[in-house]
Amino acid sequence: MKRREGLAKLMGREAYVDDLTVADCLWGATVRSSCARGRIREVRFGEGFDWGEFVVVDHRDLPGENVIALIETDQPVLAAEAVRHVHEAVVLLAHADRDLLRRAVEAVEVVVEEEPPIFDFRQPPEPAQIQHGNDNVFKELKIEKGDVDKALAKAPVVVEGVFTTGAQEHVYLETQGMLAWVEDGVVTVKGSMQCPYYVQKALKLALGREDHEVRVVQAPTGGGFGGKEEFPSGIALHAALLALKAGKPVKLIYERGEDMVATTKRHPSWIRHRTAVDTKGRLLAQDIEVVLDAGAYATLSSVVLSRAVIHAAGPYHCENVRIRGRAVLTNAVPFGAFRGFGAPQSLFACERQMDRIASELTLDPVRIRRRNLIRDGEETATGQVITDGTDRLKVLDRALELSSFQHKRRAYLDFNDTHPYLRRGVGLATFLHGAGFTGSGEVYLASEVHVAGLADGKVEVRTANTEMGQGTQTVFTQLVTDRLGLKAEDVVIAEPDTARVPDSGPTVASRTTMVVGGLIEKACDDLRRRLGLGNEERGEVLTAALALWHRQHPGEELLGTAHYEPPDGIHWDDANYRGEAYGAFAWATYVAAVEVDLRTYTARVLDFVAVQEIGKVLHEVLARGQIQGGVVQGIGWALLEDFRFKDGAMANGQLTNYIIPTSDDVPPIRVAFLENPYAHGAQGAKGIGELPMDGPAPAIVNAVAAATGADPCTIPLTPERMMSVLEAREVAR
Amino acid sequence: MTKPEHRDIGFTLNGEEIRFSGTGTERLLDVLRYRLGLPGTKEGCGEGECGACTVHLDGVPVNSCLILVGQVRNRRVDTVESVAPEALVELHTSGATQCGACTPGVVMTARFVIDHPGLLERASVRQLMAGNLCRCTGYDGIIEGIAEALRQEETSP
Repeated sequence: MKRREGLAKLMGREAYVDDLTVADCLWGATVRSSCARGRIREVRFGEGFDWGEFVVVDHRDLPGENVIALIETDQPVLAAEAVRHVHEAVVLLAHADRDLLRRAVEAVEVVVEEEPPIFDFRQPPEPAQIQHGNDNVFKELKIEKGDVDKALAKAPVVVEGVFTTGAQEHVYLETQGMLAWVEDGVVTVKGSMQCPYYVQKALKLALGREDHEVRVVQAPTGGGFGGKEEFPSGIALHAALLALKAGKPVKLIYERGEDMVATTKRHPSWIRHRTAVDTKGRLLAQDIEVVLDAGAYATLSSVVLSRAVIHAAGPYHCENVRIRGRAVLTNAVPFGAFRGFGAPQSLFACERQMDRIASELTLDPVRIRRRNLIRDGEETATGQVITDGTDRLKVLDRALELSSFQHKRRAYLDFNDTHPYLRRGVGLATFLHGAGFTGSGEVYLASEVHVAGLADGKVEVRTANTEMGQGTQTVFTQLVTDRLGLKAEDVVIAEPDTARVPDSGPTVASRTTMVVGGLIEKACDDLRRRLGLGNEERGEVLTAALALWHRQHPGEELLGTAHYEPPDGIHWDDANYRGEAYGAFAWATYVAAVEVDLRTYTARVLDFVAVQEIGKVLHEVLARGQIQGGVVQGIGWALLEDFRFKDGAMANGQLTNYIIPTSDDVPPIRVAFLENPYAHGAQGAKGIGELPMDGPAPAIVNAVAAATGADPCTIPLTPERMMSVLEAREVAR
Repeated sequence: MTKPEHRDIGFTLNGEEIRFSGTGTERLLDVLRYRLGLPGTKEGCGEGECGACTVHLDGVPVNSCLILVGQVRNRRVDTVESVAPEALVELHTSGATQCGACTPGVVMTARFVIDHPGLLERASVRQLMAGNLCRCTGYDGIIEGIAEALRQEETSP
């Protein structure tokens, strides 16, 4: 089956929020802070504007609590007394004339009495810089197994390394946008988002309204990658507040520059490894410290940190592991969800460290991984015994074979000996990614799915899970056609609308196909049960039964339902970080071949192979597209996307100088899948959305190290950084 | 400040003669989207970097965010709305679209490449498509779709 909404997208007929035409609609805009931290003294409305013509909203217009509801309640909808970052929203304006509105935003001055900001998340705060608790630490986590100190003291070899990664902007091609209106007393918000029920929760709290008084509808969404997980709650509130005050619909669409500077980013990280190994490269102890820059508010940092520490030890078995993590406040824009959710940072450090250990012991980087890769019956850092039966060595071998790894290594040695200024290298990364919410998360979500049997014989899938390009509509359709023996045109995917669909959880964490897809299958079975049919009854029998049921029950609704139930054997101890962190892991090995130009210090990826075991491939084209797209985002994060801060603000908030990969910057991404069906995933599938973000950076940087003999441990590895690591190599010699 | 004078600006849009009343300094992108009811053309960056707003001006791809409507007077503008579904089969099959926000621009550049295979003597498809940023696909779905369409063109009479 081809992507369901594919032709509409190709023809430009998919109506995103900014494409919707609404009568008598105003444009909304946001006035932001003028500095990174301080007390708001005054808001001045400049001369030359008739401010009476504008709808003006500030914190005093909030009917409910001035809080964007998320895990914590620290982030205001609109700053009242104080600001914590330079892009913090203070005042909202609306007007029918968009050009006039743009000029008006410039004419509003937020006067702030500055207080000492803190920008370096590694630096202990001065007393005057403390803004959270007594140390600015939002969250601390610890995983401990065995006796790390003893193992480090006794080990023949200990390798230390420090790794840092930069912020990353999502650059979804459709910027953030919301349309809000009030109809029959119901505040309705429609726009670009991943999680309609997150938005609804935020609207209820800050607008002081009940469930039935707020309605949230997802418009077709032009990319998310985590950037539309939590951020849309705030912009939805802004649009709703303007619409309430204006008594008219309001459209609030971010322009690219505003979107780049003011929205959440991937957390910058600093990670230190101390690894004890024997002379053959067997891991004896892993002592890991993970520090994340959380930015000005808590957002999702505590759970990003959770995923980061759980993935920090990599796909290896080690008896003694200690992982300490903390997420720290700074006065930068709040960092938030981004594909991979902390795992790319910690897996970059882990996999770069594995190559550094191999180099220290003059071991083959393949051999050290082969020796330590977790085997069935062995435990992860949290004590989760892996018993999935996946042949992880086969994943590794397939990647080596497809990439001609050993052949390239030999050939590149000759090439490097003879070429005057080009150096080629090949590098790999082996890794894992846990699918679904961490620990007890899925139990707390308690997702619900409905499959409605309609009178015309069609079946409608009702979930809150959103299509943002990853293929949800197509995969959901396919799951129903396979389960019920229907044609694709007989399956309707309901628009995610909180007035019509149950809360099936957020569209995040690689959970939609695996978890929600599984619930859709169960709801299909329930629908059949309610029709008095057995699980083998399909197709026309079902259609006929639906028609009969509706004749016998005129005006009634027939719903098959399903609720999440955790698989047996899943236990998670959140206090001690022990147990089954995830129901399933996907396993992967990625190989990058890279060429470094010693004249320009640029690195170019020549070849990229991505091999992964993902349970079951439900749709070849969609699954491959997820991997290829994720890999290219990873290439950008590794080499190009250099997020520059100046006093906590993004200094390069334009696509002119924040560089993401073009088609000419990347080679074809060669993808292969291995399958080992997961009993609790839809048709055996495991989640794959985030997995491809984890492997590219370490594989590429390992390849650069192999090409040059340098020891790069910081990304993005821009030409400037490449120059300094190559110069450091010369000094070391 | 005196209001700039409005005047009629005539051009050919998707094969039809139209007249637009404006100052001439409006961005072509905004005129298409908000004045002429053709929201298929998307805004990605507003500074000519991403290519999401690509349209054809006298048959050549341009970023409509960088073109003022006064510049298209008496010229031919074609947007994604002019592309027939039959011309999109290969891109649909290959997975060239995911979120769809870059897609209309990608389609307009892709059609230009497919209709001018001679360009491939001087540049690769990857190079020719480098003006259209896509954050979802990793580009393979796009490149493969264009390559397949070029093969089809070659074998059709």
